[in-house]
Amino acid sequence: MKFGVLQFPGSCDEVDALAAARRVGDAQLIWHADRDLGGADAIVVPGGFSYGDYLRAGAIARFSPAMEAVAAFAADGGLVLGICNGFQVLCEARLLPGALLPNANLRFTFRQVDLEVVHADTAFTCAWRSDTGGPASSRLSIPAKHSWGRYYADEETLDAIERAGQVVLRYAPGHNFNGSAYNIAGVRNEAGNVFGLMPHPEHAVDRLIGGSVDGLTIFESMRLAVESVDARA
Amino acid sequence: MLIRPKAGILDPQGEAVQRALPALGFEGVGDVRIGRLVELDVPAPDQLEAMCEKLLANPLVEDYEVQLLDGHGG
Repeated sequence: MKFGVLQFPGSCDEVDALAAARRVGDAQLIWHADRDLGGADAIVVPGGFSYGDYLRAGAIARFSPAMEAVAAFAADGGLVLGICNGFQVLCEARLLPGALLPNANLRFTFRQVDLEVVHADTAFTCAWRSDTGGPASSRLSIPAKHSWGRYYADEETLDAIERAGQVVLRYAPGHNFNGSAYNIAGVRNEAGNVFGLMPHPEHAVDRLIGGSVDGLTIFESMRLAVESVDARA
Repeated sequence: MLIRPKAGILDPQGEAVQRALPALGFEGVGDVRIGRLVELDVPAPDQLEAMCEKLLANPLVEDYEVQLLDGHGG
C-alpha cells in the first residue's frame, strides 16, 4: 500500500502527512509539476497555503499538473484524501461539492476539535471502532487550524449530500468554531472515493503530540479500503 | 472585474465593517459586502467571462461583473 502526498509551493503539512501515511504503509512525495503519481494506491492532498493561496485558497493549485493527474486518478476510482488546504483544492477542482469560506469569526483558529463520525462504513472511516477511540465513543478528537474553513454549499446541494450520505464527519456540538453549514467537517463525493476535511488527522497520530491518535483512523481506513480492493482483484 | 460574495452568503468582513462605521459616527449604513477588484489588460475582452468562470471567481459562492475601461490599458 503506497500513499502519494502532493507537494505544492506553499504546502506545509506534507511532511506530517507523509509521516502519518508511513505509520500504515509506504508513502512518497509528489511534486506539483509532476503528472506521474508514481504508482500510488491513494493520494493525499495536504494542508498549507498552495501557491500562496492567492486569489482564493486552492484556486490555482487545482490547475497544477499533479492535480490533473489526481482528477484522472479519482475518476478511475482511486482514493483521494484532502486535508485543510487539500480540501479547499478538491472543492475548487469540483471533485467535492461546496466551497470553503472565511471563518465566521474572521480569525485564524487553532484548536482541538471533536468530530462526530456520521458514517463509519466509508473508505476513510472504516477503521473507526466506536469502542476504542476518542473522548466520547462516537467521536474523533483531532486538531484544526485554519482561517478559511467555513463549509458552504447551497441548500439544494446540502440536502442532496445529506440524503446521499456524503457528510462523513460533523463538528460535535460546541466545536463548529468556523460556522460550517450543518456542522459539516468532512464530505465525500458521490462515488465515495474522494474525501476532504478541514481538521488535520495527520497531526494526531502520536500520543506525544496532537492530543490523540485518532487521526490514524483515517489513514488506516484508507489502507483497509485499498487492500480489500486488492484482495478482490 | 468586480467579484463579490453571492447574495445570501454570510460576509463576516462586511458585517465587521458595518458594525465599525456607526462607532465612527456614520449612522444608517445598511448592508456592507466586501469583494475584490481584478484589473486586467486583455487583448480580447470576450475572454473575460470565461476567465471569471474558470479562475477569477468561484461561481458557487461569488458573483462577478465585468466593466470595460477603454484607454486604461497602459
